[in-house]
Amino acid sequence: MRQIRAHWWKILGIAFVLYAIIGGLLMDAPRLAILNETIRNLYYHVTMWFAMMILMTASVVYSVRYLMTFNQDFDQKARIAAGIGIVFGLAGILTGSVWARFTWGVYWVNDPKLNGAAITLLIYLAYVILRNSLDEEQKRARLAAVYNIFAYVLLMVFLMILPRMTDSLHPGNGGNPAFSSYDLDHTMRLVFYPAIIGWTLIGVWMGQIRLRLENIEKQLQDDE
Amino acid sequence: MMNRILPIISTFIFSIVSFVASAQSDIEMADVMRSNGKIYIVVAVLVIIFLALVVYLISLDRKASRIEKELKQNNS
Repeated sequence: MRQIRAHWWKILGIAFVLYAIIGGLLMDAPRLAILNETIRNLYYHVTMWFAMMILMTASVVYSVRYLMTFNQDFDQKARIAAGIGIVFGLAGILTGSVWARFTWGVYWVNDPKLNGAAITLLIYLAYVILRNSLDEEQKRARLAAVYNIFAYVLLMVFLMILPRMTDSLHPGNGGNPAFSSYDLDHTMRLVFYPAIIGWTLIGVWMGQIRLRLENIEKQLQDDE
Repeated sequence: MMNRILPIISTFIFSIVSFVASAQSDIEMADVMRSNGKIYIVVAVLVIIFLALVVYLISLDRKASRIEKELKQNNS
């Protein structure tokens, strides 16, 4: 019982992702031309981006808290959250490319949403490079936190705002409806939302393990 | 009056129903894979892979807990 109380969110994450795998493949999905069965990728490809955005939001919150307190722990958490977010973002861009190949015919099109996603990932890779290129802990933390806020604003601009202002092939942009608006029976939402929460929780779990290992390492170094 | 309208309405409804039905069957989905149950094999494989990763995550988690406990004992 104590175990369940301490780890309930991990169990919830596992359960939601399992449900997304099973329900996502077995439950009814809308029959749409061109997309056919690949519409089920909504449960897997789109959730990667949503999980990424939630993790990046957590990261920027930690960065702001770092700038308010100059507590090094917040800097560490911001870095780990952004790292997991990048993993999800890479998964999102690769799965999106595969999906594009079978619906649009090519792996990549010069589309505002796709290019925006690529730029966003590059911005976050630059965050990692910026961190690695600075040796002094305080300075690194401060610069990285400021850059992270800047990166988060660009993430919103490139993924959420710009694609909606121009024409885009990608659903949900430029007058192109997202799936939910022409999905009448809402069965997709029943899988889609839990899948986002599930993958986000798995990401948080991965980050938490990393955080604990780093703290163990730090403690060992302090003891020596 | 009713005798004349009823066939018209029923024809109208029937044509809509058949139109929707034909529109649905026009779009190719993996219905065969579903009807012969082979989709369950795919689902089972994906579930096993995911569970394997989860088991690995759990073992990492427990290992971290064990080392944390050890460090605490050594320090006290």
